[in-house]
Amino acid sequence: MSNLPNVPFLKFIYKPKNELEKGGRTEIPAPRQSSEPERRCPNCYKSVPLSKISANMSMCGCGYHFRMTARQRISLICDTFEELWPGVVSNDPLGFPGYVKKLDTVKVASGELEAVVCGKAEIDSQPCCVFIMESYFMMGSMGSAVGEKITRLFEYATMNRLPVVGFTVSGGARMQEGLLSLMQMAKTSGAVRRHSEAGLFYLTVLTDPTMGGVTASFAMEGDIIIAEPGAMVGFAGPRVIEQTTGKTLPKGFQLAESLLEHGFVDAIIPRPEQKEKIGKLLMMNKAVN
Amino acid sequence: MANPKYKSAYEIVKTARSGQRPTGIDMINGCFTDFIELHGDRYFSDDRAIIGGLALLYDIPVTVIAIEKGHTLKERTEHGFGAPQPEGYRKALRLMRQAEKFKRPIICFVDTSGAYCGIDAEERGQGSAIAANLYEMIGLKVPIISVFIGEGGSGGALALAVADKVWMLENAVYSVISPEGCASIIWKDIKKAETAAEYLKMTAYDALELGVADEIISENGLGGDEFYTMLKDKLKAAADELTAFDGLADARYKRFRKFGSYDEITIETEEHK
Repeated sequence: MSNLPNVPFLKFIYKPKNELEKGGRTEIPAPRQSSEPERRCPNCYKSVPLSKISANMSMCGCGYHFRMTARQRISLICDTFEELWPGVVSNDPLGFPGYVKKLDTVKVASGELEAVVCGKAEIDSQPCCVFIMESYFMMGSMGSAVGEKITRLFEYATMNRLPVVGFTVSGGARMQEGLLSLMQMAKTSGAVRRHSEAGLFYLTVLTDPTMGGVTASFAMEGDIIIAEPGAMVGFAGPRVIEQTTGKTLPKGFQLAESLLEHGFVDAIIPRPEQKEKIGKLLMMNKAVN
Repeated sequence: MANPKYKSAYEIVKTARSGQRPTGIDMINGCFTDFIELHGDRYFSDDRAIIGGLALLYDIPVTVIAIEKGHTLKERTEHGFGAPQPEGYRKALRLMRQAEKFKRPIICFVDTSGAYCGIDAEERGQGSAIAANLYEMIGLKVPIISVFIGEGGSGGALALAVADKVWMLENAVYSVISPEGCASIIWKDIKKAETAAEYLKMTAYDALELGVADEIISENGLGGDEFYTMLKDKLKAAADELTAFDGLADARYKRFRKFGSYDEITIETEEHK
């Protein structure tokens, strides 16, 4: 099909030289369009192509925040990033059935070695320490390695007088490591406290979902706690609550908006504004030496 | 290992849950004199799942905090089946801060299947309340002794157990998740709870091996006068020893800092941005 003027004799003298003259790109059928993987937005129910999602900070056009990987978040938020202790990994202290295999599978699937990435960074030119949990690694569950990395980060930040920015996403303590996972809650809390007592700033960004032992420890211990829109944040899981109490959960239960209403987060900040706002918060919370 | 001599881990779990065992209030009455209960978190309400107050341990005043399950159905209902609300943890924290101000040792009795799981508890910040306790307890400057007398359910138990000494009765358990919960997540079958209990390493003996518990308390004559005299003497000796010790908060930090089992591998290329 061409865009030629509908004058019969012109067809003999006018020959299009290239595709553009034939009518441009719109004329070329795009067969890949329909086969491109899409994701249905749980908010507006539209199917959005993955490429469009990733080009838009993993958000839907309606503003729904999809989950993103730790590395995507680093490139979204940090100007520079120097990873610390990437080699701290879980072992299987209790000999829990299937745990080693599970770890191997998620390592391949997520491309990460553990459920948290820690490092030294600059956000909007503000130097800080950053930890970002990884939902694609056993739903960001906290075992010994995660607890150790976060504890080390706070100790490092205390020693170097740096603030800490932490992005949380977690299903809670990692049950495959039993009591040792539980102890990470106290261990990380201790490190947060020492950092705080040194007069240093800790900002948590709650992302979807932050649950269980992580909510009940370092996620809720920030000087300032912000959340992403629509992030689910709580202690007990919604299904467990429904089963135990037999009650229907209210609309918006455990969502960031509900936490804001009940006074448990300072602000809800959507992704496009995060970098700038975090930079400002870091700037306004400089430690007084 | 479960108690090597006689029982499977799940049998111990069942014993720990038994309504026949002495509860938090029984322990308070057995070990102390002149108990004066102090109510309320000063924000919202008084959670009956956690009982707190002042008492004398022989001649020394102590702050006592106990999770109470109750024996009869009536008592159990009154005490919320020993599943504390956020207010319970906040009351405990209030009393612990008070103890620090007046330099009193803190003694906690832990017996809970877990923090209360419900809509209201979530809306009033269950996670936040537990986090606050962990954060504060690890830095308190007075001795903290936590005794697990029955169930030690996850974060709800840890919120009263960031202590200098963690003791467990022989048949007490301590776990990150209930064996039933674990079985239903891993095997999608609640009947595998027995297997899960073994793997979770949740008995007092396992906790001792992991270093999470410092000592196992014999249950000989449990609930009788002799038992309470034994426990009382132990508590007094430990309270005296810890009170005399300088740098408690540092030692407590180190106690929890060491937990964890992980490997450290060398990563050759760091091509991360």
